[in-house]
Order: sequence, then structure tokens, then C-alpha cells
Amino acid sequence: MYEYYAKWIREGKLKVNSDWNKDLKIKFTVQDPCQIVRKSFGDPIADDLRYVVKSVVGEENFVDMTPNKSNNYCCGGGGGFLQSGFKEERLAYGKIKDMQIKATGADYCIAGCHNCHAQIHELSEHYGGHYPVVHLWTLICLSMGVLGENERTYLGEDLADIYPPNVYLNED
Amino acid sequence: MTDEAIKISGKKGSYFIDMVKTLLPEGGNLNLCLTCGACSSGCPATGLAGMDPRKFLRMAALGMDDEIKASKWPWMCTMCQRCIYVCPMKIDIPQLVFNARTLTPREDRPKGIRDSCDMALKVDTCSAMGCSVEDFEFVVGDVLEEIREADPFWEERDLQAPIDKEGAEFFVNQNSREPMTEPEEMAPLWKILNLAGVNWTYGSKAWTGENYCLFMADNESWKKIVTMQTEQTEKLRCKTYLNTE
Ligand code: SF4
Ligand code: SF4
Repeated sequence: MYEYYAKWIREGKLKVNSDWNKDLKIKFTVQDPCQIVRKSFGDPIADDLRYVVKSVVGEENFVDMTPNKSNNYCCGGGGGFLQSGFKEERLAYGKIKDMQIKATGADYCIAGCHNCHAQIHELSEHYGGHYPVVHLWTLICLSMGVLGENERTYLGEDLADIYPPNVYLNED
Repeated sequence: MTDEAIKISGKKGSYFIDMVKTLLPEGGNLNLCLTCGACSSGCPATGLAGMDPRKFLRMAALGMDDEIKASKWPWMCTMCQRCIYVCPMKIDIPQLVFNARTLTPREDRPKGIRDSCDMALKVDTCSAMGCSVEDFEFVVGDVLEEIREADPFWEERDLQAPIDKEGAEFFVNQNSREPMTEPEEMAPLWKILNLAGVNWTYGSKAWTGENYCLFMADNESWKKIVTMQTEQTEKLRCKTYLNTE
């Protein structure tokens, strides 16, 4: 999916911009989903993912994890772990991911897949980091000024009331 | 030492690793291990259930099939493939793990995964949460109507969330989590697709993004779900199956 987001941004179809975050300077990091990056398309799609994220939150507001891309650590949400019943082990598995996220100093973690989102969200609560975990589609819509009121469940307080102008309204 | 000797002597009756080798190209390189430990040192599942990937591979190589069968660790490895990525010999430990899951009788595999798989097999939508075709159509229509009513912008842009639109370019899948528990989270993607001018559709059948039968290592069932997804995509003559994950 990210390769299409990236393509549509490059083609000017998705008019994302990062102006909304110029003064806020909210920092974001991103989880590379193993399934999409390491297991399927490799670093090129991880680069597309970063291109999208940077276009949306601002280059200077993106902080990468270490290691990252194809060498990234799995968060522990994959392979059925979330449904397997081994909760304690799953949280132990995710400790390294939580530490990686905290080490970036980012305010938010962007998750590109449902399992990652659920797992990292739980890690954020369990290990006390309380960084919000957001879907990429939320931020893309936010940046274009089209994110609705009901679509903000995963945003933190700092972004809950941020409504940038709808960039498609002032066209022509 | 005594223990060790007994375990190794078990090799004669062991078939697990040999069986897995026959399933994989190049035998998954399973007999090329240098015991360097790169896999284990970078594996987040190291230490869980007293296991790590190198140890797991060694046990398989030593024919400790009973111990492998008894271990819960194969359900704690996410098959993320980082170990292959860092392994100098590109040894396919995740496939060894996947096949180790099949050693547990189906009824004894983790209930949460099994229930999700079984549920998906019961409904045409393949939804692991049992969302029916009717429920899906209702909830999609409901969310769409609400957005269009609330904001004239979307009425003007003719925001749609088509189901079974023949000849659409993209067949877009959907994780069950949204329609079942947080339907309004579906909308941002619809908005993006609308603004990008994309010709897309959901399918009434097999729209699901998740496939727990794969995690269950239930080969027949996960293939059935993938086949249904492919059939629905082809039936609608969509060019591209778009995984939203
Ligand atoms: S990284 Fe590869 S070679 Fe090294 S111990 Fe693990 S499986 Fe063996
Ligand atoms: S695939 Fe399994 S063994 Fe390999 S690094 Fe991932 S969790 Fe560890």
C-alpha cells in the first residue's frame, strides 16, 4: 500500500503537506512491518514508507529507529502471537521494540499494519511510555485537512483538535 | 553427558527435520548451520520458553522431535524472518517453526488462533471475526452516509465505498477489526482513495485482510481463503489486489 501512497503523492494526486507540524514540531517514528518490508518487498518499500511519512509530518520531525528497514525488529504482533494466549511472553518479546521506540525520543509511533498497531499500542501502555500509536491513513488525512472528528481515536491530546485547512477546497 | 547421549541416539527415529527439508528449496539450508549465534542474538523471542532459534535448530538436527513437539516456543516465534536476514547461511528457521506448529494436533493448537481460523472458514467474507456479507454492507453504507451528510465536501466529491464494483482497478481488502469494532476508522482510506482518483472496490465475499489459518499452519484452510480472495478479485475483473496492511 505504501508504494501507492508514495506514487500518488509524487504524482500530485494526494496533496499532503507538513505545514501543520512546522510549529508544533511533533516527532514521529515508524514501525517497518516485517510482513511488508523484510518478507515481501525489502528496503525500496521501506524508503517509500519514509517518503510518505516525511511528506506528511515534515522531514525534520521524523526520527528513525535503529536498526530499521529490512533489519528492523519484529514488534511481536505477527504470526498469530496476539491470538495465541501467551500474553506475558508476547509482552516480553516486545520489550526490545518498546525500548527502540523510546530511544528515538519520538512522541508518536506510526504503525503500518493492524497487528503492529495493536501490539505496539499495548506495549506503549504496558511499559509506561504512553506514546500514541497511529495509522498512516490518519496522518495522511490530517495533513490534507480532511480528517473527520470521529477518526481521531488514536491521536494524542496534542493533535486531537488540530484541523489544518482542507487543501482541496482552495484549488483552482 | 548421559543425557546428551540418550538424546542423540534418538536421531534414528527422527523424521521432523528431514521432512521439513524435503518441503523447502535447497532444504531451507537447514544442515548448513555454523552455530555462530547471529540468529539468536538478534531474535526478540530468544529466552522465551527456554528457547532460541539456534537451539531450536540444533534440537531438530539432533532429532529431538519429542522435545520440539512439546515446546510452546513455535507459537512465540512470529516467523518475522530476521534470523534469516542476519544468518550467514540463510537458514530458514521460520519454516522449521511453521512446520513445528503442525506437530501439535489441530485441536490442541492455541484456541485464539484456531477460533479465528474456524470462524473465517464459516463465513463467505472469510472474516476472522465472523462479519457477514450483510453486516459488512450495512456498516460500510452507514459510515459512508454519515460522512456525506455531515460534510457537503464529500457529497460534492461523491465519496464512495463500492462493494463488488466490476472492472474496478483495485480490489481493496479490509481487516475485520474496523467494520466490527471501530467502523469510522475505515473512512480515512476511502477519503485518500477518493482524493487520489482511484477506481477501487471491496468484495462482498472474501474481503478480509487477515488469515489466521496461515498462523495455525492449517495448510488446506489458509489456501482455501487465499483462493476465495483470488476468485473474488478475478470475478470482479480487478487488475490489482491491494493489501491495505
Ligand atoms: S545465524 Fe545461521 S549459521 Fe548462525 S547459528 Fe543461526 S542458523 Fe546457524
Ligand atoms: S523468525 Fe522467529 S526465530 Fe527468527 S528472528 Fe523472528 S522470532 Fe526469532
